[in-house]
Amino acid sequence: MAEAANHDSHHAPHADGPSRAKVLLREPLVLNNRSFSWVTNRVAGIVENPQPWGWWWIVVPCALLAGFMAFCFTYLVSTGVGVWGPNHPVAWGWDITNFVFWIGIGHAGTLISAILYLTRQKWRTAVNRAAEAMTIFAVMCAGLFPALHVGRVWMAWFLAPVPNSNQIWQNFKSPLLWDVFAVSTYFSVSVVFWFLGLVPDLATLRDRCKPGIRKMAYGLFALGWRGGNRQWRHYEVAYMLLAGLSTPLVLSVHTVVSFDFATSIVPGWHTTIFPPYFVAGAIFGGFAMVLTLMIPVRKIYGLQDLFTMKHIDNMAKIILLTGTIVGYAYLMELFIAWYSGSLFEFDAFKWRILYGPYTWAYYCMFFCNVIAPQAFWWKKCRENLFIVMVVCMFVNAGMWYERFVIIVTTLARDFLPGAWDMYHPSWVEIWTFIGTFGMFLMLFLIFLRFLPVIAIAEIKGVLPEADPHYDPSMVKRDNVVAPPAYEGDPHEVSGQPATVTIPGAATV
Amino acid sequence: MSNPLKRVHGYLAEFSSVKEVFHAAEKVRHAGFSSWDVHTPFPIHGMDDAMGLPRSILPRFVFVGGALGLTTAFLLEFLTQVVIYPTVVQAKPANIFTIPAFFPVMFELTILFSAFTALFTCLVMMKLPRLHHPLFNSQRFGRFSDDKFFICIEARDPKFSTEKTKSFLSGLGADSVELVEDEL
Repeated sequence: MAEAANHDSHHAPHADGPSRAKVLLREPLVLNNRSFSWVTNRVAGIVENPQPWGWWWIVVPCALLAGFMAFCFTYLVSTGVGVWGPNHPVAWGWDITNFVFWIGIGHAGTLISAILYLTRQKWRTAVNRAAEAMTIFAVMCAGLFPALHVGRVWMAWFLAPVPNSNQIWQNFKSPLLWDVFAVSTYFSVSVVFWFLGLVPDLATLRDRCKPGIRKMAYGLFALGWRGGNRQWRHYEVAYMLLAGLSTPLVLSVHTVVSFDFATSIVPGWHTTIFPPYFVAGAIFGGFAMVLTLMIPVRKIYGLQDLFTMKHIDNMAKIILLTGTIVGYAYLMELFIAWYSGSLFEFDAFKWRILYGPYTWAYYCMFFCNVIAPQAFWWKKCRENLFIVMVVCMFVNAGMWYERFVIIVTTLARDFLPGAWDMYHPSWVEIWTFIGTFGMFLMLFLIFLRFLPVIAIAEIKGVLPEADPHYDPSMVKRDNVVAPPAYEGDPHEVSGQPATVTIPGAATV
Repeated sequence: MSNPLKRVHGYLAEFSSVKEVFHAAEKVRHAGFSSWDVHTPFPIHGMDDAMGLPRSILPRFVFVGGALGLTTAFLLEFLTQVVIYPTVVQAKPANIFTIPAFFPVMFELTILFSAFTALFTCLVMMKLPRLHHPLFNSQRFGRFSDDKFFICIEARDPKFSTEKTKSFLSGLGADSVELVEDEL
């Protein structure tokens, strides 16, 4: 009723003066009117206080898994690449599947840190640090597989264009070499971007430490940062340039990864849709991994006011969008396989979805990547953290299946039926993959232990008080409407409700 | 063996809100100081204008870095593939028409060189890294990275005066004004 009455008053001004148009406030990026020092204390406190007991219970098994992976690699290098399952005709098995899976996960971090920065999506400030860390760790996991699948690891330096006694140079026309450049550039630039973003926060940690080794270590990496505006003005430009450079870079990396397949003549790989399809899939899978990591982190470390339901809502929407693009790509691939009139192409897809040995993997992929994220059309699902986590798990699994389907089902049924064979991963391969999860989680937990998981300086910059022209009385005007509150997530920090309370703006 | 003589670095004024430090910075600028800076926990929108600072020229260096990367990649690929050791694989030519196949690596090295140029040039322009700075002698200054805002007018500024600058900064609404010294 209040809505209707106000709507009427828009047409018929009150006697005591013209009515002002209603203003719907944006949802605040940081809830409960937190102050600058609250942000510092909360985020730096994660590093300074003892970790919750669960930290050790996760980090130790993860370290053991990573250690076992190191054993698997030793076994591989000392015995030969035959301890893995790939064979003719399936020469790429779990190794390249895992490589594409991990490198894809990294893409969400760069999307959040670079593309959302350029598009002025200020909500990214709560997510970007953790997402960039995730990018770096995922690319580290990814890099292991191509380095080791070459078989003779001690020859891996042949990938680098350095003068050698044979006077033979790399084949720069090969997408595999493009991949070497793309992935190594991606890793280097991601580390640079991450480090530059960390400098002001390392200074915060330095300034809070008592003199000692910790202070010296943080001080060394903080580079003597003093937050002077004569520094910030260069810093901000450098950050923006790195964002601008990372944006085409991240799109290029998975494009080049898809070239590994698309430039071949293997039916099922030789398609022009691969680059956009791979990029969308990478962002899709990466966002699912960011949510998988951050939903527990925000709960365990009490970051609900910084990493709010709005963030989860936004990211769920991106998962829905990119998942739908991926679904479109799946269907378009099928359509073109038929429409192109290429018998081999059409047959490759018939083997893939109708009567091949791996059809189950295709349907797993399709359900996880296309059907499951459709839940995010409903706000109730985006607000229910349990559902969000379940969908993200489906997406994580689905994106792995996607790469498995593309690589293994295609190779297992190539041109000549006489060459067809099945592919089974060996135990070494399986434990290597499990080991990368151990390594990934271990690195992420160590990151949580030593570095601020949320960009402190950046999130202070999006608080309303950070604007020199901020006027608190603005929100108290009677024409200001508070944004709708999110449901779910009742356990807010220090017992405060999740609803946004803006003084004076509750009733209109 | 510490030297009893100390060198005055400047006056450090502390403010507790963005608004205060912003308007104070405008006044410092109008007073005609040149060796001074505003230390804040995060970049403040519009502070460059308030301080009268021009746009950073960093992008020009990054452009040069990127161009260098592009050239490096092109020469690396063209010289090794076409000139030194013409490699014919997959029936693809080894001549000027090979260049399109070189684009991905040219792109990647452009990005790589630009990013490293951005990082290192930015550090040089920020005069970092450095292990020590006189401002770190101030106990109060440690909160610049938390929730306090500082303006420091350095003694090397020609308009600096031991008494006048202090009263000037106090008049801007600073919570405290402190003399920062450094050991010789």
